[in-house]
Amino acid sequence: MSGEVKGMNDQPLIELRDVTKVYPLKSGDVVALDKVSLSIQGGDFVAIMGPSGSGKSTLLNQLGCLDRPTSGDLLIAGRNTREMDDHELTGLRLNTIGYIFQKFNLIPLLSAYENVEYPYLMKHRKEDDTGHISSLLAMMGIDRSLAAHKPPELSGGQQQRVAIARALVNDPQILLCDEPTGNLDSVTGGQIMEMIDTLNKQGRTVLMVTHDPTIAECAKRTIVIRDGRIT
Amino acid sequence: MKGKDIIFRLAVRSIRLHFLRSTLAVLGIVIGVVAIATMGMMGANMTLSVTEQLSEMGNILVVKESGGGGGGGMPGPGGGGGSGSDEDYIPEDQFRDIERIASKYGTVYALYSESDTIEVGDETRRASIYGLDESVIPDILTLTDGAYPKSTSSVIIGPSLAERLDLTLGSKIDIGDSDEGPTTTVRVVGIIEERGMSMDLNTDSAIIGSEKLFTGIYGGEGEYGQVNIVLDDINDAETVSTEITDQLNKKEEQVTVQDSSRMLESITETLGTMTTFVMAIAGISLLVAAVSIFNVMMMSVTERIREIGILRSIGTQKNEVRKMFIYESAILGGLGAVIGAVASLTIGWVVVLAMVGSTEYFLAPASVMYVPFAMAIGFVTCVLSGVYPAWSASNLDPIEALRAE
Repeated sequence: MSGEVKGMNDQPLIELRDVTKVYPLKSGDVVALDKVSLSIQGGDFVAIMGPSGSGKSTLLNQLGCLDRPTSGDLLIAGRNTREMDDHELTGLRLNTIGYIFQKFNLIPLLSAYENVEYPYLMKHRKEDDTGHISSLLAMMGIDRSLAAHKPPELSGGQQQRVAIARALVNDPQILLCDEPTGNLDSVTGGQIMEMIDTLNKQGRTVLMVTHDPTIAECAKRTIVIRDGRIT
Repeated sequence: MKGKDIIFRLAVRSIRLHFLRSTLAVLGIVIGVVAIATMGMMGANMTLSVTEQLSEMGNILVVKESGGGGGGGMPGPGGGGGSGSDEDYIPEDQFRDIERIASKYGTVYALYSESDTIEVGDETRRASIYGLDESVIPDILTLTDGAYPKSTSSVIIGPSLAERLDLTLGSKIDIGDSDEGPTTTVRVVGIIEERGMSMDLNTDSAIIGSEKLFTGIYGGEGEYGQVNIVLDDINDAETVSTEITDQLNKKEEQVTVQDSSRMLESITETLGTMTTFVMAIAGISLLVAAVSIFNVMMMSVTERIREIGILRSIGTQKNEVRKMFIYESAILGGLGAVIGAVASLTIGWVVVLAMVGSTEYFLAPASVMYVPFAMAIGFVTCVLSGVYPAWSASNLDPIEALRAE
């Protein structure tokens, strides 16, 4: 599959070199990221904190290959994303990166099971006959009957569990979490964080944007971003 | 491919989610397909019907003076009659030559023709007047009522003329305009059976009398408008035609021989042009439907911007997004084409029956081929209408799309 990368032990899994992102507006250019350099090793758990508008989400979008830097380089497992075309970057998102959003972002036309099945089918081009999707959903506490429901019929916590299952279905090396507990109550939020922590302990690299210092405490290290710069 | 299956599933569910909107879009395609197929079938049925009629006249050859009547078309009075022009006639000696050549193949008769004013009581009209050899008339015309003309004052008339002027056996007709000179009064002794359009004689609205009656009114004895040959065997048409032209046109072209094929060609061409024109008008309804599909697809893209953003962010390629919207327009087009085809067969049958008067050729390949033709046009139009919306959807910025509410 295009865009798939293999982890290498002797170099960072993710590396940003002087990454700058500028949004040209009529009122003038907005510098969302200003020469950000960062190295993240495989298996790390990094919390990204900072006030609103500081550039957290822009950074996460860069790491998730949803956007390209205006200048600077982003390397994932040694490969420079600048040299990749849209097809390869999309393949990277499908195979290497799992995205967990604050607003869950499930597809309302598909059932919970189908939402998890979607990236699996996109990658493998065949139905799951190993029970991988069902066991993943069961691991997230979504049983067979719940899995048949459409997302609007599920609670916020259940939707986020389905979203995590979807992010994990293609066994990605990197998990990007954008305020994963932001739309959940504290109890459910705690459960979701336990899950993410477990996934990190299993070897996945986690990068998580959060406002909440207690949530950030789960991470192995925290970086703070302010006015587009890491402080 | 299962990956494509889930994309197809998404397209189907999107259509089902907006059922009313999708139904209206399909209805537009149905109307377009029905309009094109029905108009096409109507034209084809007309052509086939006329072809059949003219094929029945395939055993008739019409010989005309070369300068006056070449090029096919229906025989009309006045074009070469004795009192008509100076040159557009077949002289007696030529007629005898034609008779000598062709009489062994069938019936040969010469014809005087003119168009003139007739008066019946207070009513004045124009009618075709034919003069024929009295002995030939029973061989070529069948009567529904009365007897064949035996004198210079008796005539037989066509059924349409009889009906329009309320003429019956014994009715009197004045040939000529009484304001311009003396008229000739004739009496109706027979009504001719309806013959419809014909190569040799169009008798339904005509007056047929003896040669003496005709030349007595218009003069020009031995100057025939045309010579008709009714062949016993249709396969002799080519032989007779060649023999006549070879012998009579040796030095210079004096006569032309027409058979039904030229007329058929001319009528088929005219009907074909008419059919194409009417189908083009019907095609406008499909254009309106295409705009409707385009609108539906653009609305679908706008409503699903966030969904597109999600799909792109979790690893859906641009071409997969394009496919999703193309599938959607193809499903709408496919449904419209299939329903339109079924409706075309029903509505087309009624229209053909009403306009052509017969559904004898409705299921002929030349007629029903317009159904798949219209289906294909409807389907392709629909898919093309979805191309731009699909392209714009696939090119959305994933981040911008994810921000959409």
